[in-house]
Amino acid sequence: MSASATTPFRDITPGSQPPNDFPEYGSTHRRHPKLPLLRIPQTVTETTGPRFTRAQYPAMIDMSRIGGREAVGERIVVRGRVLDENGRPVPDTMIEIWQANAAGRYAHERDQHDAPLDPNFKGEGRVFTDAEGWYEFTSIKPGSYPWRNHFNAWRPNHIHYSLFGPGFATRLITQMYFPGDPLLELDPIFHSVPDEAARNRLIAKFDIEITRPEWALGYRFDFVLRGRETTAMEE
Amino acid sequence: MPIATASQTIGPYWHLIEHPEFADLTRFGAAGERITLTGRVIDGDGAPLADGCIELWQASPTAGETFPGYGRAAADRDGRFRFTTIRPGPLPGPGNAQQAPHFALSVMARGILTRLVTRAYFAGEALNETDPILSLIEDPARRATLMAHPAGTDTWHIDIRLQGEGETVFMEF
Ligand SMILES: [Fe+2]
Repeated sequence: MSASATTPFRDITPGSQPPNDFPEYGSTHRRHPKLPLLRIPQTVTETTGPRFTRAQYPAMIDMSRIGGREAVGERIVVRGRVLDENGRPVPDTMIEIWQANAAGRYAHERDQHDAPLDPNFKGEGRVFTDAEGWYEFTSIKPGSYPWRNHFNAWRPNHIHYSLFGPGFATRLITQMYFPGDPLLELDPIFHSVPDEAARNRLIAKFDIEITRPEWALGYRFDFVLRGRETTAMEE
Repeated sequence: MPIATASQTIGPYWHLIEHPEFADLTRFGAAGERITLTGRVIDGDGAPLADGCIELWQASPTAGETFPGYGRAAADRDGRFRFTTIRPGPLPGPGNAQQAPHFALSVMARGILTRLVTRAYFAGEALNETDPILSLIEDPARRATLMAHPAGTDTWHIDIRLQGEGETVFMEF
């Protein structure tokens, strides 16, 4: 017997999530609550959540070209699974994707970085997992970009993700990084995750099996969403 | 057992996935009492959360083909956001308790590493007095931070303060 749609989700594992106040990331200073969060029981509001359908939210699986015209940069395929904390696949869930172009510039009016825009790259994607929790999309590798957090601050290459999962409690906004990036060691947003293993799980793995001959480099990246509590019987 | 992936900030450029129509939960033809929820988000300096992303989720009425139950809005330069939706009804709570009608809200932005979650209730609603979540808050002034107030025809407004005087009650679960 599997968990029902209103079974509460497991508690958050200590150290696996960033704190609200993280002085090395200056913008948290005036944007974090100073009073303790109110611990509430999970009600139907927290245990259930929206459903997104491909009909109402059309997929955008290839970010590497617009109208058949190729974006500049190193073409990549990102593939992986969305699982829950019980190790079960999360099927038919929506993943939203956004990123800078190969030069490290967002197609966003407030991005003033002096790097070129690419008319063939918008930087938005949207995919759904299949019945076994697998997803895949094509893009180009995003460039690093400077930001004003501290002197000579540069964000490591990263892709932003938004996932919903089965309940309001499983909502996840995160970023995926690339292996071997020397900027990771210096990045306060990456380092805001206290547990080293949890932090390193944000780094994709190069995967020759996902790599397409003479076409695109492949990266593997899995997401884990909060899992529902299970009874001793199930374990 | 695998552990849930770490949250990271939504950053200042999340508008690449913004679709203004997401803020209208009635766009698929939902039936019910149509209302508008407006709000304004300010930080610890009283400055507007001008790059913020506000999401709304309501478990009532039940989400389905014509009603997503979910909406997303961008805060404008003054920190203001607006949703058009269907007025929620009461919901079951823990045990035999009944929850007063409410919206769940997520606030995300640059400088927010993990989304901040709060609720918006309807000021003056009789069920608020016995709501099991509101009852967890002893200080009436703090409870009041979760109240949306009438602001014109079929319109309700809530102020969200991230930090400092009048700080909104944010929740974990
Ligand atoms: Fe970014």
